[in-house]
Amino acid sequence: MNNQVKNRIKDKLFSIWGWISVSIGIVALAVFIIDILFDGLPVLSFRFLTSLPSRIPEKAGIFTAMMGTVWIFILTAVIAFPLGVASGVYLEEYGIKNRLSKLLEINIANLAGVPSIIYGLLGLEIFVRIFRLGNSILAGSLTLALLILPIIIVSTREAIKAVPQSLRDASYALGATKWQTIWYQVLPASFGGILTGVILALSRAIGEAAPLIVVGALAYVPFAPTSPMDNFSVLPIQIFNWISRPQKGFIQNAAAAIIVLLIITFLLNGIAMYMRNRWQRKMKI
Amino acid sequence: MLILSDKMKKRKIIEFSIEKLLLASSLISILTTGGIIIVLTIEGVAFFKEVSVIDFLTDTEWTPLFTQKHFGILPLLSGTILTSFIAIAVALPIGLSIAVFLSEYSSVRFRELIKPVLELLAAVPTVIYGFFALIVVTPFLQKLIPGMSSFNSLSAGLVMGIMIIPYVSSLSQDALLAVPSSLREASYGMGATRLQTSVKVMIPAASSGIIVSVILAISRAVGETMIVAIAAGQQPRLTLNPLVPVETITAYIVQVSLGDVPHGSLEYRTIFAAGITLFVFTLILNNISYWFKRKYQEKYE
Repeated sequence: MNNQVKNRIKDKLFSIWGWISVSIGIVALAVFIIDILFDGLPVLSFRFLTSLPSRIPEKAGIFTAMMGTVWIFILTAVIAFPLGVASGVYLEEYGIKNRLSKLLEINIANLAGVPSIIYGLLGLEIFVRIFRLGNSILAGSLTLALLILPIIIVSTREAIKAVPQSLRDASYALGATKWQTIWYQVLPASFGGILTGVILALSRAIGEAAPLIVVGALAYVPFAPTSPMDNFSVLPIQIFNWISRPQKGFIQNAAAAIIVLLIITFLLNGIAMYMRNRWQRKMKI
Repeated sequence: MLILSDKMKKRKIIEFSIEKLLLASSLISILTTGGIIIVLTIEGVAFFKEVSVIDFLTDTEWTPLFTQKHFGILPLLSGTILTSFIAIAVALPIGLSIAVFLSEYSSVRFRELIKPVLELLAAVPTVIYGFFALIVVTPFLQKLIPGMSSFNSLSAGLVMGIMIIPYVSSLSQDALLAVPSSLREASYGMGATRLQTSVKVMIPAASSGIIVSVILAISRAVGETMIVAIAAGQQPRLTLNPLVPVETITAYIVQVSLGDVPHGSLEYRTIFAAGITLFVFTLILNNISYWFKRKYQEKYE
């Protein structure tokens, strides 16, 4: 009897510990966000969003970094989206179970585990030096596109896998070819799932600093970029640069820039989650 | 009839070229891997022509940017292992507890509600975690531990641990949920509590999946850059003391990239030598996890 009571108590204790564990991460994140708001909100203003960088913390703004992030976001999306979806479609719809498709699969699993900074080294040699793109937005976007390609491929495959076989059979029965079936049936049906993966991947890309530092994104860029061949900075690098300065004013600037970056990240994640839910409900019907 | 067959011929050509186009784009991932290996090898070979492999692996100092140059990777490796170890020491117990709690204790609704919230932890850009470690966690710990440096592996590791909690919890939870319910029910039938069932039946049955999650989390911690570059310092040092500044492999690459090191110099090549070490390290970890994953999928499918 005594043992039984002991076991019951242990069971209850773990239940409490489980609650604590679930809360730890979330509480840490909440504490952190509150601290950031406290530091950054007083600085965050329209002037801060539209000012160029400066040596004086009170005059400095994030305009160039924000424009760099927008450029990187768009170019990376334009490069990675078609390539990722195309290879996802190939692996799921065409890839016969042969040696090649197995190799591709292992390869993608491995690429997803390669640290982002290694992609930076790749981009530095291939895009910056061999392709002579210099420390440009284009070189940065190509590097980030390679980085998020595995994520897009995997989520495309999962979305396509969820499309019922009956849809394909019906299309074939009407005389459609394989590509017509994919283009008019499979892709529209899986589009919600694919887009969710793409948005999550892009949200990861605009939060990255390490590979872009290696590719040669600059901490200080006097003007906002106007073409893909321009030098650039992005929000995470601007934040990193401000954190490394000793003046208190720059720490507050970093906090304010973090608020902007967090809003963008959470917004993208929110959109992705909303789309995933809607799409999953649609697929169930 | 003739027109129809012409149309079909055209269709066939389109079908054929689209398939090849799709194949070409999926080959980019192979090219990426190939590119990484070739780039690291070429620059690495050039590096090892000037620095002997034995020095690289056994010298206990890493000072390529000083006049008195030493090229021992051990201090960078120890910095990487130390911060990753601290991160796993945080993420493993908490992540595994979350996984057991959500799969064995909580309701399905709560589980589905909390999952995206936990995943948000991994979605926050790491430069932001770096700020957290340096500006919030370190000053707090300095009050508790006098003599702690403002750059140290402890706060970097702790914050990194929080970041990788979802890697451990989400994959471990999937592994626990993949165990056939009959095992759980048999255990309950014998009068076991939920905790006994979890510890004695479910965790052993899901062990390979849990190991996969932990290895992937380690691999993530080893490759993490911005948190350690911001909060752990830039002083390569062969130490296990979590209170002093260290430098990880990734932080070193960032440090050199920020400076003005001429292309083709030995200093420039050191980042590729460091990159090779990092790449091999994570490649081994990823392949072990891939191998475990294959094994455990066979078990329950």
